[in-house]
Amino acid sequence: MTGIESATGGFGSGGNALGRDNYLNHERGIKSWLLTRDHKRIGVMYLVVILSSFFLGGIFAELIRTKLLTPGNSALMKADTYNQMFTLHGAIMIFLFVIPGIPASLGNFVLPLMLGAKDVAFPRLNLASFYLWVGGATLALVSMVTGAVDTGWTFYTPYSTTTNTNVILMVAGVFVLGFSSIFTGLNFVVTIHKLRPAGMTWFRMPLFLWGIYGTAIIQIMATPVLGITLLLLIAERALGIGIFDPALGGDPVLFQHFFWFYSHPAVYIMILPAMGVISELVSVFSRKHIFGYTFIAMSSIAIAVLSFLVWGHHMFVAGQSTLSSMIFSFLTFMVAIPSAVKVFNWLATMYKGSIWLATPMLYVLSFLFLFGIGGLTGLFLGALAVDVHLHDTYFVVAHFHYVMFGGTVIAFLGGLHYWWPKMFGRMYSEFWGRIGALLVFVGFNTTFFTQFVMGSHGAPRRSYHYQPQFEAYHRLSTIGAYILGVGFVVIAVYLIHSLLRGRPAPANPWGGATLEWQASSPPPHDNFASTPAVGDPYDVEAWTWDGAVGGFVRRTPAEQPAGS
Amino acid sequence: MNLGRDVVGRLFNWAGVQAAGGFWMPEQGSTTAVAVDHIFSLVLWVSVFFFVLIVTLMVVFVVRYRRRPGRLEAEPSPTHNTPLEITWTVIPIAITIGIFVWGFKVYLDVNTPPANAYEVMVTGQKWKWLFTYPNGHVDENLHVPVDTPIRLVMTSEDVIHGFYVPAFRLKRDVVPGRYVKVWFSALEPGEYQIYCTQYCGTGHSDMWAKVVVHRPGGFERWLEQASNFMKTMPPAKAGEMLYRTRGCAQCHTVDGSGGTGPTWKGLFASHVPIEGGRVMVADEDYIRTCILDPTKNVPVGFQPVMPTFKGRLKDDEITAIIEYIKTLK
Repeated sequence: MTGIESATGGFGSGGNALGRDNYLNHERGIKSWLLTRDHKRIGVMYLVVILSSFFLGGIFAELIRTKLLTPGNSALMKADTYNQMFTLHGAIMIFLFVIPGIPASLGNFVLPLMLGAKDVAFPRLNLASFYLWVGGATLALVSMVTGAVDTGWTFYTPYSTTTNTNVILMVAGVFVLGFSSIFTGLNFVVTIHKLRPAGMTWFRMPLFLWGIYGTAIIQIMATPVLGITLLLLIAERALGIGIFDPALGGDPVLFQHFFWFYSHPAVYIMILPAMGVISELVSVFSRKHIFGYTFIAMSSIAIAVLSFLVWGHHMFVAGQSTLSSMIFSFLTFMVAIPSAVKVFNWLATMYKGSIWLATPMLYVLSFLFLFGIGGLTGLFLGALAVDVHLHDTYFVVAHFHYVMFGGTVIAFLGGLHYWWPKMFGRMYSEFWGRIGALLVFVGFNTTFFTQFVMGSHGAPRRSYHYQPQFEAYHRLSTIGAYILGVGFVVIAVYLIHSLLRGRPAPANPWGGATLEWQASSPPPHDNFASTPAVGDPYDVEAWTWDGAVGGFVRRTPAEQPAGS
Repeated sequence: MNLGRDVVGRLFNWAGVQAAGGFWMPEQGSTTAVAVDHIFSLVLWVSVFFFVLIVTLMVVFVVRYRRRPGRLEAEPSPTHNTPLEITWTVIPIAITIGIFVWGFKVYLDVNTPPANAYEVMVTGQKWKWLFTYPNGHVDENLHVPVDTPIRLVMTSEDVIHGFYVPAFRLKRDVVPGRYVKVWFSALEPGEYQIYCTQYCGTGHSDMWAKVVVHRPGGFERWLEQASNFMKTMPPAKAGEMLYRTRGCAQCHTVDGSGGTGPTWKGLFASHVPIEGGRVMVADEDYIRTCILDPTKNVPVGFQPVMPTFKGRLKDDEITAIIEYIKTLK
């Protein structure tokens, strides 16, 4: 074999496998997809359904923002419809999109490839998780048509036990989705423990896997609590057992404790994989080894542990004791530290690098900017006396979106653009990629920064009517939401164009040193033609651009730059 | 000291946090608001510092180290530096502990009412607030004297509501089956907005009320006059007031739409079919009996769920309500 062939996995033409056997054409027919146990196909199927959910949740968001152009009644929707809209926007985005988002789609695709493995530990369970997702999503969709819930995505009692919308069906849907999440987590934990190749010790594992691992631990440990809570809620509604309803002798705040015991860790289920993605991207696109690997890896674990101990900060004004509030406030500040450490390490990775402003890197920069704001505004909410003022206002809405959208969704987009050539064997338009990233960045800030200001002035969230003094903010926010919408249309168009007409991608278009870049693009059914060589996952400097190949190839030892 | 206070005050103004309400935060209407805004500005400045630091480093690195001809490789630099990493772990810990301590201290003050506070009962219900004064008067707005500690004892009749006065930086969930206590002391006479912040259904965003802060002496005058509305108002007007403040409105509508009980629109002098086959004329006596002994004559199509108002409404109050019903044609 020549140097080039060995560097590209022996596939020739830069490692592109579109014209040969690959996982996309290995078997044909709809049945070969629906019954597949191939983690790559399951990842792609997740990607399709998750993006569809994102689209649906996004439509609800645009409708909500359109109503809020004016403070009074709207011809577009009545108060009850508005209440259903924001509930569905939240429930769909959280349970169907953000929680499964990165792990189930990108994680499923990349995890075994990064380990140099053929598949996850339990491929059948993986497919079962997917169908549990589909089942849960179906229940949720049916509930939408038969009496869409109006409780807010948090299902607070006793409102949720007394409203006449179809709470039971929606909650049953979320219950089933929880099992999808638990099984995926279980699968990933076992895969990471058991299928790491020889030479890949825990601390030679790509940081994305640390992120996924931390997430999986939380999924397994916290999701059952949500499941039990939701069952109790169903029992309360159906049988009137009186656990949460004070009219029956229950305690409504107990529900909030149970709910947030899951749902706060769930916020980290959403952000940890995103942090993992950023760790990969910042090294590859700075063409430099990640800075402070151990601190980043350990901070993921620290976040996973601390995330279980801060749920009470959702209840500073709910009537918990002053002592509990004090402890939860303290721990809340502590959980901020690992995130800060990561940000500093990512910045240090860029120092003296060769920063390549390709589309995925633009999302990294966007992430640092937006997640920076999202994290820092958490300090306002962690400080007890200030939280009392800001709680349940638009300030919280903005903070949440800066973390979940500015953090998770931006990282998801970065990861999607990064692994896209690997998934589908085609490149997308770099020009339109940058335009899309810019539109999303501008649209997002216009939408949500205004909400910080509005919230600090006391605008309560979940409000159909609002005071005329907030109209200007709401209008600006809605304009931002439209810009954001246009950004996503642009992204959808060029990605679909790429699927059909994109330039064939090389095996390693970005010069990544993790194992998935040693497989062809797209990878074959069994992932690797030969067992890939395990090395330092951040030795990106060992890969150099080769114009003849049209991608990155590993340097021969003689070419290694001095000092590395 | 004075210099220090002056510097803090200036930073405060640049941060857009001002007594009259600036870029951030609304006007300061209570003693608490001043204390809370000081922490807000501190956190704001800490955040601005770190945000500017992060973004500046990011921009400088992108400009200096961007990939370009002649710079296709990274410069050799260390892959970790433990003392540096420990430093940027410890400094944020110290800063956040500082914010935590200050935030908790003010929170304690906010939650510890002075012993001599004037007490008002607050009831949240779908979708309005009711304020009960020590003399038994019930009002739809919260009237208080200026510069006086006010203690609110709050509960809900149905689901969880959230009592929020932005100008006072005061918020607390109002939970059914519990009594929640908060306090404040208003700084200036005026009107301040009250919101519901815990989502509670259709009319959640309509649960607006006002805090009316009276000048010294004004509150006592207002309370005396307001409590005397039975004497000062025409009976039908007084009846309407009772309808809104004594719980009638929760079950009876006045616009003809449905509810737990029969609507009052067009009720007077109408023929009402009663469970058991009788038909009664809704005259003064019928309505009076319904109020005092609600389960005696239950109209067809309704459950016998209304509580008795015997002892809760006086004779002249019942008369006022009847006069009000007469006006609903």
